[in-house]
Amino acid sequence: MAAKRSVIPFGPQHPVLPEPIHIDLITEDEKVVEAVPSIGFVHRGLEQLVTKKDFGEMVYVAERICGICSFGHGYGYVKTIEHIMGIEPTDRARYIRTLLFELSRMHSHILWLGLMADAFGFESLFMETWRLREKILDMLESATGGRVIFSIIRIGGLRKDVPDDILKGFIPELEKVVEGIKSCEKVFLSDPAVLSRLKGVGYLSKEDAINLGCEGPFLRASGVDWDNRMRGYAAYPSVDFDIITSNDGDSYARCYVRIQEIYQSAAIIRQCIEKMPQEGIYVPIKGFPNGEHMTVIEQPRGGACYYVQASGKKFIERMRVRTPTFANIPALVKTLQGCDVSDVPILVVTIDPCISCTER
Amino acid sequence: MLENLEVIGLIGLLNKVKEIKNEDYRIMQICSTKIDEEYELLYTFGREYEIKHLKTTIRYGEHVPSISDIFPSAFLYENEMHDLFGIAIDGINHDYKGNLYRTAVEAPFAGSEA
Repeated sequence: MAAKRSVIPFGPQHPVLPEPIHIDLITEDEKVVEAVPSIGFVHRGLEQLVTKKDFGEMVYVAERICGICSFGHGYGYVKTIEHIMGIEPTDRARYIRTLLFELSRMHSHILWLGLMADAFGFESLFMETWRLREKILDMLESATGGRVIFSIIRIGGLRKDVPDDILKGFIPELEKVVEGIKSCEKVFLSDPAVLSRLKGVGYLSKEDAINLGCEGPFLRASGVDWDNRMRGYAAYPSVDFDIITSNDGDSYARCYVRIQEIYQSAAIIRQCIEKMPQEGIYVPIKGFPNGEHMTVIEQPRGGACYYVQASGKKFIERMRVRTPTFANIPALVKTLQGCDVSDVPILVVTIDPCISCTER
Repeated sequence: MLENLEVIGLIGLLNKVKEIKNEDYRIMQICSTKIDEEYELLYTFGREYEIKHLKTTIRYGEHVPSISDIFPSAFLYENEMHDLFGIAIDGINHDYKGNLYRTAVEAPFAGSEA
């Protein structure tokens, strides 16, 4: 006899969801056969604000798209405008931007580790990872004055410099964070109870990851070696790093990729500090942007697209942000099909969903 | 001007998208921009680090064929265009019929001050 189909609503409020997203889970017994997502519960219409805010002030709005990848959103918008206006930031500005971007990536990945630990019910691990994240936030605060929204980036460079003694002080702090993550890694990647929740759960093939438009660690955990930092923006062409991938395609692989990327970000930051140029941080800008351009950068959760259309006026005509979480939803729907209902929270967390990004 | 941009008419959209699919590109985003009484649709495709754009312009109320048979993940962008801009898309593989975006403010926002 065929199993009876039921619809289980998941979200918009759920213990593993810090932000609202809703998924209708169509189930047969304990298996999910189809997942239908819906979003928009906290849609803010920030893109529309470009028609009412000065293009320079819009940097503040872009940063507020998300509280975790705020630096990246500011950077993506600024880089697009700089391209349209033909502005080349100074080398020091490029290096400091790279450093702050990688601190943001560490902060985001460590936050995700905590949420993952919480999702599989390991609360002390959640507390330990978030304790380590505090050190990253302290570094961001000492560099920019802000812990969530930094407002240090501007069109043409940076709003203020970060003194060399503060930057050099980051190196021992980073070592402490890396040591702490190594200690947590043993639990995430070797503990039998944790492995039972991650290994083989939510498999996504390499072909599906590509065809469904997957981005970031979710994509790389399925064996695709694409990382938008290789496009060569900011100071990435001047630092050594490899693309971290895994061929397993499951929740364990996504955890592995993000942990390795934390170490990699720390190594990039160290290189930035060692190679930090001494020239200025700002190139004055003249006039208004006129033209259109799309920038693609690698946010902590994956590739993000920033499109700007401007016509030489104070106000821009269109800004569009395609965030990685939005791109990862079709692949999430695919991985949910056939999984156990009890694995749904873990799978939703493994894409590292950022709903405030999606609800820009 | 966007790099690797091709401006096409709506009638040639599907054939061009099929060509791009055959070149191993994948869909990256679809952007709608309201310009007076028209919408400009920008389709972006990526192949590793290469990007290609298609731009087409439609009149308000004109129907657009879905590309979700060619790129299955396009359904999300097409539902977004429908929900937020009121653009009618024909033949979406997962048509949410206006229920993807559950906004508190009435959508679509087309022509409004939202």
